[in-house]
Amino acid sequence: MNSEPASVSPTPNPARPLVALHGVGVQGGGRWLVREISLAVHPGEIVTLIGPNGAGKTTVVKALLGLVPVSEGRIDRPQASRIGYVPQRLTLDPVIPLSVARLVSATRRAPRARIQAALDEAGVGALIDAPVRILSGGEFQRVLLARALLRDPALLVLDEPMQGVDFAGETALYDLLARVRTTRGCAIFMVSHDLHVVMAATDRVICLNGRICCSGSPRAVAELPTFQALFGARAASLALYPHSHHKEPSACDLPSPPADLPEGARSHHG
Amino acid sequence: MDDFLLRALLAGAGVALMAGPLGCFVVWRRMAYFGDTMAHGALLGVALALAVGAPPLVGVLVLALVLSVGLSVLARRRWLSLDTVLGVFAHGALALGLTAVAVMATRIDLLGLLLGDVLAVSWRDVALIGGGVVGVLTVLAVAWRGLLATTLDPDLAQAEGVPTRLLDMVLMGLIAGVVALAMKVVGVLLVTALMVIPAAAARPWARSPESMAVLASVLGLVAVAGGLGVSMAADTPAGPSMVVVALGLFVGGSLGVAGMDQLRQWINKTS
Repeated sequence: MNSEPASVSPTPNPARPLVALHGVGVQGGGRWLVREISLAVHPGEIVTLIGPNGAGKTTVVKALLGLVPVSEGRIDRPQASRIGYVPQRLTLDPVIPLSVARLVSATRRAPRARIQAALDEAGVGALIDAPVRILSGGEFQRVLLARALLRDPALLVLDEPMQGVDFAGETALYDLLARVRTTRGCAIFMVSHDLHVVMAATDRVICLNGRICCSGSPRAVAELPTFQALFGARAASLALYPHSHHKEPSACDLPSPPADLPEGARSHHG
Repeated sequence: MDDFLLRALLAGAGVALMAGPLGCFVVWRRMAYFGDTMAHGALLGVALALAVGAPPLVGVLVLALVLSVGLSVLARRRWLSLDTVLGVFAHGALALGLTAVAVMATRIDLLGLLLGDVLAVSWRDVALIGGGVVGVLTVLAVAWRGLLATTLDPDLAQAEGVPTRLLDMVLMGLIAGVVALAMKVVGVLLVTALMVIPAAAARPWARSPESMAVLASVLGLVAVAGGLGVSMAADTPAGPSMVVVALGLFVGGSLGVAGMDQLRQWINKTS
């Protein structure tokens, strides 16, 4: 594999990155899980890490969050208090009696009004007193998002946020993320193995397969041979015409945070 | 009330108060077997402490520490499942303890260690347990939020700045401490029962983690008082009697909840 990442449209962001990985490598079980990972997320940016299963996406997220020791390289990250993390899957033991409000404020004490506001923002305000064990997959992801929002993060980190969410819920959740970015101005770093919707909802894509093989705007990356080799030509066509459900095909390429989607576009699939 | 009975009641109540909330964590984290390992190791700890002339409590705590470190090292290696590692440690420690006690047969009351002897606790023991109650509940109150977050999801908690490794060690230390203090009351064989059973009995009635912890303590108190009563009336060993009462609370409560669910369904169907 070409170890030199093929970078497209570098567009250097003048702002200081919120988090930056410099040549990071992580070892596990006597082999390299990922190597030579250099990436940065700037304020207000949505960056998506994509790659096939086993590419090391979750490893990169865990390294970024400081959850796994880094074997080489360096990471500049903000304080934990400025990061909101939505993990891939949280299997809560039903043996713990827990309400949604309690789960949302598990590490940070907050007045009920703020918990309610965070849940409202995530679209699950009605569930504040529900026991956690009755939540559906999509509701659970939104509750976890509310927990992250309650921290008023500068950086949201989401690891495969669409687990257990059906397609309609998925597009709604991506719309929600876009809205969160616009209203709060926080940066979003997210992981996905699913190209279909991701390409539409992101400013910058980073393709990972043990190493970073390419990165750039979704459209530019989709045309790269390295991307097509990794995901196939069909993936490229998906990326090039990502807006089968959105009416504005150019919205994803706007370098600045795009305006919220028109109501009609959302109701089209919601 | 006779003096020895008052001491027994106070000692048992103290243990129940500590065991309630700690038992909840044992239940939530599926650490029941870990508690057993600690308890069985305590036997070896007592024997080793007596061999070198140290206080038994110190022996128990030191051994609990060694076991905790050994367990976390082996568990992280992942050659074997945690279940297997605990099985090796728990029974290994029990066998070593029994062997060590046999070597020093004249100096140790084996049955007292295994089953407890709450009617023989001294005022000094009661004071020690009282200190333990204050210490354990204070640490739990301070660390509660972090411990709970770590229990829900360690990665998420750590990403949100909770010192999860430290809290894991704190929890193991607290469990070891309660095992050491409760040994006199229920004995090493049944120490874990006094943590697990009241917590398990509290679960169906609890709406929040805190209410489950409080209720577990209350049920533990009932079990201790009831067990002592049974012991007095029927001349049964006190420690096992307490566990039997706790078991009764668990079975009764579970049946009650199941029955209420059935009744509710039946009412819904007929109305």
